[in-house]
Amino acid sequence: MTEAPPERFARSAPRWQRIGVPIASVLLGSLVTIVPVIATGPVLPPLGLMVLLGWRLLRPELFPVWAAAPFGLFDDLVSGQPMGSAVLLWTVAFFAIELFDTRLVWRDFLQDWLIAAGAMAFVLIGGRLIASPIAAHVDTMLLVQILVSVMLFPLVARVVAWLDRKRGRA
Amino acid sequence: MAPPRNRRPGFSRRAQYGLFFSYVVAALCVVAAIVLLALSRINPPAFTALRSGVAELTAPVSGGIAAAVRAVASVPDGIGHYFGVKRENARLRAQLAHDHELLMRARMLSYDNHRLKHLLELRDRSTETVAAARLISSSATSTRRFALLNAGLRQGVRGGQPVSGPHGVIGRVLEAGPDTARVMLLIDPESAVPVRRTRDGVPAIASGRGDTLLEVRPVSLVDKPFKIGDVLLSSGTGGLYPPDIPVARVVKLTRDGALAMPFEQPDTLDYAIVQRAFFRAPPPPAPPAP
Repeated sequence: MTEAPPERFARSAPRWQRIGVPIASVLLGSLVTIVPVIATGPVLPPLGLMVLLGWRLLRPELFPVWAAAPFGLFDDLVSGQPMGSAVLLWTVAFFAIELFDTRLVWRDFLQDWLIAAGAMAFVLIGGRLIASPIAAHVDTMLLVQILVSVMLFPLVARVVAWLDRKRGRA
Repeated sequence: MAPPRNRRPGFSRRAQYGLFFSYVVAALCVVAAIVLLALSRINPPAFTALRSGVAELTAPVSGGIAAAVRAVASVPDGIGHYFGVKRENARLRAQLAHDHELLMRARMLSYDNHRLKHLLELRDRSTETVAAARLISSSATSTRRFALLNAGLRQGVRGGQPVSGPHGVIGRVLEAGPDTARVMLLIDPESAVPVRRTRDGVPAIASGRGDTLLEVRPVSLVDKPFKIGDVLLSSGTGGLYPPDIPVARVVKLTRDGALAMPFEQPDTLDYAIVQRAFFRAPPPPAPPAP
């Protein structure tokens, strides 16, 4: 099924909607921790980070590098990690993606997926090192969590792409 | 995919400066994050107000979803109960008769115990219940094991109070907001509970590992090794947890202790009870004179 071509001279969507939809989707992703489950391990993927990466890789011009910091701050407020952990790790991951943008110029979703996988693994492992003592027995669950997050990323990317169509034209 | 154009500012000075400025701001954010991390390491309750502010907003959502899940989950239960009630009745009558004798003996023991304690002039501190509420959500994306309790300062919950469930200790309150409190579960990698074996009262420390088990280490090096199936109760040492609340059962032996499975598997379906700290926390040490 093909979509009808957009009207040439259609009115552009309001600015608050163009920028509000991405921001709200990232914050909602961070709020995945409010599901009423008492987990005995890190079982949920870091959805806030995944949505943010989805937007960053789909629309590089949407968020500046520093946007990762306030999103990370909100994630720290709801995730139970020590304050500042996601602020630090997400911003560093954004810097790394910026670097990839200048080196890996022509790329496909496969490369984007790899970059997102690297970013998620970096943030989750870094978060574990910051939050839990080295002796803690959380590494197996952490690996599972990273794997699940990597496998889920294409789905998140599809949802982000759908939101990108729905937020209206520029 | 073609390279995005907007990241390359071209010859526009304004765009170049703008991009550079965004990098500067991001670098400052990284520095601020490191400061935040250091602060939260030095003074963990520093951001209580912020965190509990957000928790106040998310708690009703979690509570609502949990209530809906409870309602749905109770339907098959209700039907089962309706049909099972007759059989249950007969079984309970038999059990009652069987337990009567046990009860009589326990009553006598309790009376004896009371009398002997009175002789020794031991005084048991009463442990009042502060609040009963449900755990509504948890830090399921993190390697730490925190849960959010649906009661806070207004219900009398304060930081440091022990939380237990119908089967045993759940954890303790870390920080309390107006209507919510953050609870550190037993299995959190930084949690530790002083326990003793029911068999012979040997004291030990049960600390969380981050997975579902607790690591139990005897306090003193006695050669009375643990056995699988040993039951551990809280000992009341340290004054936080009241004594004699079930904590865990030993499931595996290790070189210098044992691994134990907590009795209480916290669940959003059950109530958790917050009790007053067994002893009041000692006052903070006076700042050293300059």
